[in-house]
This record gives sequence, structure tokens and C-alpha cells, in this order.
Amino acid sequence: MTIGLEHYLVLSAVLFCIGLYGALTKRNAVIILMCIELMLNSVNISLVAFSSYIVPLLLTGQVFAIFVMVVAAAEVAVGLAIILAIYRGLTDIDANNINLMKW
Amino acid sequence: MGLAAAFWIMAVVAVIAALGVIFLRNVFRAALSLVLCFITVAGLYITLSADFLAAVQILVYVGAISVLIILAIMMTREVQQGSPSNKMKVPAFIVAAVLLGIMIYTVTKTSWQIAAESPLTPTTAPLAAKLFSESGFILPVEIAAMLILAAILGAIVIAREK
Repeated sequence: MTIGLEHYLVLSAVLFCIGLYGALTKRNAVIILMCIELMLNSVNISLVAFSSYIVPLLLTGQVFAIFVMVVAAAEVAVGLAIILAIYRGLTDIDANNINLMKW
Repeated sequence: MGLAAAFWIMAVVAVIAALGVIFLRNVFRAALSLVLCFITVAGLYITLSADFLAAVQILVYVGAISVLIILAIMMTREVQQGSPSNKMKVPAFIVAAVLLGIMIYTVTKTSWQIAAESPLTPTTAPLAAKLFSESGFILPVEIAAMLILAAILGAIVIAREK
């Protein structure tokens, strides 16, 4: 059978939900960040799939995917810097124990 | 036919690698599993004839972001062995499963307007024309440059030793 747009969208949905489950349940802050990267990647897959199946000559989805990558790179740099700063102060990166700002 | 085989291989490996990120006990192995997932996503971009994005995926994700993540794991290593879950396992699983069901239902029920043309290839020159031309995305590109500059400065300030 030929591969259609739906295959890519379903794969993207599966990867997104795996990432969502990990981001909701994990306690290690680095793993949470990794799961967020996974979700951003799955969104990129669906953007590129839309771009090449629905508007194959415009490439707008690929341009959008590039901007998502830019934001993801900035996000992971700042996120890991925050995790290192928290680790230096608390010597812990367990999301359950980082509750200084919890009301 | 070859494209279909490539898609199925990439899809199965990507899903297994993503599950590995969640279920592997060792944090370092979870990071390596994430790298494998990034590589298969680059392969999926190639099957979608997005060659430039596949190269960028390898350079940015496999080359840079994974190194950052592994560096962070190594610097926070002695705190935590394994990747434990919190008490929200069952509610989170229900939320993820319901969301997955809704998304698959919507995707399969929608009648997509598939274009007849085959996608552009190679995409590098058309993408550059899109990004840098007057009528294209030159303003977002410059804003993205400002965002990266702000992120670099923020990361340095936050992570610096006092």
C-alpha cells in the first residue's frame, strides 16, 4: 500500500502522545526536557508532511519547521542552564522536590 | 515500494526509540535512545523529500542538542539513578491515550485535499528564496536571530558560576 498523508500524521500523533506521557510523569528534569524535544519533533514531522502533500510547491511548512527548530534550540539551551543553576543551588533535579515557588 | 519500506522501518524504529526514552531506567541510555529517534526523524524528512531539513535535523538535533543534553546528564549525574515516575502515572496515561484517540480519529475522518504535483526537490535553493527574499520570511528570520542571541545571553547568565 502507498504511504499517504495520514500515515505521517498518525505517526506524529503517536510520538506526540509518548512525549506528553513522559513529560507528565517523569521526575528527572532532564528527562522532562527530552520528552518536550520529542513532542517538538513530532510536530515538525506533521508540518513537513502537510507541506509536501498539500502545498508541495510552496514549502511553507518546511519554513515553519525551521522556525520550530530555532525555538527548540533556544529552549533547550535556556532549559538546561536553568537545570544546572537549580542543581547548583539544591543539588537535586527531581521535579517533585523543586517546589520553592509552589504556592 | 522502496519509499513505503523506508517509511515503515523509520516509523517503527522511531516509536520504539521514543518508548525507550520513557521506559529505559538509565538516563544516559534514554538520551542515546532520543538521539536514535532524532536520526529516524531525519530519515522521515528524506522520505518526504525535505532534504535540507533532514540535514538541519542531523546538524542541530543529533549534533548539538543531544550533546547539550548528555552534558547536562553528566553534570547532574550523582544525584539520581534511574528515571523514576511520579504518582500521576495512571491519569497521565489516560490523558495521553484519549488525546491519541481523538487525534487519530480526526486525522482519519478528515478528507485532505492532496495536491497532484510532486514535491519540489532539491529544496535548498527554493527554501533560501523563501526565507531571504523581500516578499518572503526575512523579518521572522531576523527576529529568530534576536531570539537566539537572547537565549545565548540568558543561558550564560543563568548557568554562570557566581
